[in-house]
Amino acid sequence: MITDVIDHLAGITPGSPLDRLRDRRPDAREHAQRGYDALFSPDDEGEVTLVERDAVAAFVTGLHRDAAVARFYAGRLAELAPGLLKAVEAEVEAGRATGPYGVYDGALAAESVEGPRYRASDPAALGARLTAAFEHAHLLVFRPREAGRDDLAALARAGWSTTGIVTLSQLVAFLSFQVRVISGLRLLNQEGLPA
Amino acid sequence: MTGFTLDRLGWRPWLTPLSEDELTDAHREALVDRARAASPYFRLLARDPEILHARTKTDQDIFHHPDGGLPRAERELAATATSRHNGCVFCASVHARFAAHHSRRPDDVRRLLDEGVTAPQDARWRAIVDAAVAVAGTPAALGPGHIAALRAAGLDDLAISDAIHAAAFFSWANRLMLSLGEPAPEAGA
Repeated sequence: MITDVIDHLAGITPGSPLDRLRDRRPDAREHAQRGYDALFSPDDEGEVTLVERDAVAAFVTGLHRDAAVARFYAGRLAELAPGLLKAVEAEVEAGRATGPYGVYDGALAAESVEGPRYRASDPAALGARLTAAFEHAHLLVFRPREAGRDDLAALARAGWSTTGIVTLSQLVAFLSFQVRVISGLRLLNQEGLPA
Repeated sequence: MTGFTLDRLGWRPWLTPLSEDELTDAHREALVDRARAASPYFRLLARDPEILHARTKTDQDIFHHPDGGLPRAERELAATATSRHNGCVFCASVHARFAAHHSRRPDDVRRLLDEGVTAPQDARWRAIVDAAVAVAGTPAALGPGHIAALRAAGLDDLAISDAIHAAAFFSWANRLMLSLGEPAPEAGA
């Protein structure tokens, strides 16, 4: 039973220096885990199904290329919806990029950086809702500065409710946080703590 | 779109927030700070109260926990650098003001906003800005050289962890603020 996903994936063991360091920020530690629980084991799945949550998570963490984190979320999807795993892995391949990038208009136009605008490679395998969710997730992961009203309208056309869009956005944004904390703490652990 | 600024901005949602009348006790608890019921951003996020509550408690501990680690000014510097790099004009304006206030270095903060994350800074701010930008990348690009530079600048491991968490948290916050609405003149907030 994993009680703390960040510790598990960053390789932080009880009583270790990093364990004690995380205890200095107890609320951040506790609520990072509660955020994970709220998104992936909700009391009520509400407007986003559990399969959708795990599929988007496997896609988003695959795009971040932290092998342990990607494997963890792919494993969750493989348990819940094994038939989707291959399709999601193909979308991760299709969506690979390095960010953040994106075009600014107005005063910041000179800082624009072009990059890929992902569209799902196999919408039939994903279905309409997940296709829209993956395209939105890729936008949020790599070029959030380009997000606009039209992108929310595209989700609504694919059947996403307003509350569902809030949950989906939180899920992508939360994972963007979680994967960075894991990779950062793992690095700090490897680099050793001075005596 | 406006450029980066230290001025106060409002924020206008693209989706319909809950109205103040619709907020139940569970929603108000998720807001943590009752004054946030006035904010359309937080009333929109209140549509999913559990993750909003976790978001807010995580945020507050990373930026406000007083026990050692990175000074508040530099936690805000990491938040500002992340927001500048991702392109979140609204988040950058809020946290640049905090960074400027707590550090009493408004000129250095203004240079970060005006010229971007590569603008000249002293060695300690250079190390913090560079680490925040590396954390903000996808895939995250933080490496041993960043840790060594932070240690050389005088950060202990708790302070380094605070810098990582501040940049990681704004990798969360920027994506919500950028994709659910847009900056507006403050009167429209």
